[in-house]
Amino acid sequence: MRALTWQGRHDVRVDTVPDPEIVNPRDAILQVTSTAICGSDLHLYDKYIPTLRAGDILGHEFMGEVVEVGAKSTLKKGQRVVVPFTISCGQCFFCEKLQFSACDNSNPAETADASELMMGHPMGAAFGFAHLTGGYAGGQAEYVRVPYSDVGPIVVPDHLDDDQVLFLSDILPTGWQAAENAGIEPGDTVAVWGCGPVGLFAIQSALILGAHRVIAIDHYPARLQLAKGLGAEILDYNEVDVREALDEMTGGIGPDAAIDCVGQESHGLTIDNLVDTVKAHTFLGTERPHALRQMLLAVRKGGRVSIPGVYGGFADKFPLGQMMEKGLTIKQGQTHVQKYTKPLLALIEQGKVDTTFLISHREPLEKAAEMYRHWHDEQNEFTKIVLKTPAVKGFVATASTKQHEPA
Amino acid sequence: MPDTKDHETSGRQRALIGAGIAAAAAGAAFVINRKMKADGEEPISDAPEWTFRKRVEGEEGPLTGRSVTINRPRQEVYARWRDFTAFPQFMDNVRSVEKIDDKNSRWTIEAPAGTSVELVTEITADEPGSRIAWKSTEESQIATTGEVLFEDAAPGRGTVVRLVQSYAPPAGVIGKAVAKLFQREPYVQARRDLRRFKQLLETGEVTTNASPSGRTSESPTKARI
Repeated sequence: MRALTWQGRHDVRVDTVPDPEIVNPRDAILQVTSTAICGSDLHLYDKYIPTLRAGDILGHEFMGEVVEVGAKSTLKKGQRVVVPFTISCGQCFFCEKLQFSACDNSNPAETADASELMMGHPMGAAFGFAHLTGGYAGGQAEYVRVPYSDVGPIVVPDHLDDDQVLFLSDILPTGWQAAENAGIEPGDTVAVWGCGPVGLFAIQSALILGAHRVIAIDHYPARLQLAKGLGAEILDYNEVDVREALDEMTGGIGPDAAIDCVGQESHGLTIDNLVDTVKAHTFLGTERPHALRQMLLAVRKGGRVSIPGVYGGFADKFPLGQMMEKGLTIKQGQTHVQKYTKPLLALIEQGKVDTTFLISHREPLEKAAEMYRHWHDEQNEFTKIVLKTPAVKGFVATASTKQHEPA
Repeated sequence: MPDTKDHETSGRQRALIGAGIAAAAAGAAFVINRKMKADGEEPISDAPEWTFRKRVEGEEGPLTGRSVTINRPRQEVYARWRDFTAFPQFMDNVRSVEKIDDKNSRWTIEAPAGTSVELVTEITADEPGSRIAWKSTEESQIATTGEVLFEDAAPGRGTVVRLVQSYAPPAGVIGKAVAKLFQREPYVQARRDLRRFKQLLETGEVTTNASPSGRTSESPTKARI
């Protein structure tokens, strides 16, 4: 089959690799129809996440048709399913608590060692990510093996297109959990740093969950316009001093909750960020948390900070004392995707969540390497890329015609 | 001023917490009670003996221990471990375990360079639902003792399984390769074996990341380590 493989920093290729096979009784094999490139794929592309190996197949946002099932899978051939990026057994203590991304069984006994050493306890597994999280092949491929297929994949109705449901795999639940973790109360102003796909879904979710106002922060005009289209007020940090603007917009109080949809590779020409960049490239650090530092100072006293953004390890010059003095509540973590797929599918069916407005490009899987370059270098124009496999009959790339027009 | 009702509630809570601590202490004492005396002084930490900075010697070498919580009832977990012949399902380096009689089993363990090591173990204690202990017999190529302890975890959380072992460095030329295998870190092997045992009991299968990659040396049906 054809699949997108990672070879090194800024080097990904579409290669011919062996097809996956059923290995365990609960497995299923999917013929992928649609798969997206995620913001966190850029951390892999930039080599910010350790333990990725040359030849690994990437991709953790995917859906498709069931083509093979193991003896204990509850799926049936021919069903259309979306697969959560978190691999979770459904039967351990953590899965039973609905903390699916902390699954105690999905990370194999050997790869769990490194994860335990680094994190204190081994992390759950994910598709198409580093070997710290299990080393499973991802779904930017024609076929993929799905373990525990009786608990993860969600069957989607035929009247919904791939593009409407694909993001149930990661970014929609991630944005939703981010808003939920912000503990939104009536009257709240929620500030969202980063208007990438997760930020845009966090904005939508915050408004559905009752935020009085949402203020979105970024520096890409097209992404800010998408946020505005959802009903957020917007701040371009190249135009305004974000903290002063937020204070003035909230009558001196500061936003009640802040959501970090930026993660470990913050943009911006500030002194702290330049120092962090040098450290990251000389292996003295893994984080560039400029945006997170800023939001910890910007959020109101006693406020809440929700961090769906991905971080890999240790951060320097972190305002720990400020967090204590202000009495902040911090919530973060990988998304417990399986907890949210059903209720969010219902919201999609009811037309309450718009899941397609952010897709700027639909391209064939064969062009995946080129799309990674665009996704990395042209973030204003490329707001979300969906790759279609040869299984989608009659698909013709329509990138030029499908580019969104800023509102 | 706390009202009476609150006072009663907190009294009950304290009583419950007290009972919990007593139960935990009883469990810990069961594990620790053996040869814990460092320099003649009684240690004061309520921790399993293999976690002490000062290594505790087991019968055949330093004691190593590892615990795991399995979300299944204690009797079931005990019964699954009691069937030694199923060990190769989750013990990576055990090729086979053959039952000689009710107490004795013959193990074939993979050693470096395609060789193998024979081990005959005798069960020295069997307390259904709570403990199985074994030791190697004279005819074994390595000397080892071990026990596995089963305790109820906190309510609703299943069973805590503790695997406690000691190994003697094998003698002779053949022993050298074996030593390498066992001295490497019996603890690492125990940690991985217990994870697989837990996977098998909780999910019905041993987890594997077997899947395709662009590396020609790999097969999509073999685990990638």
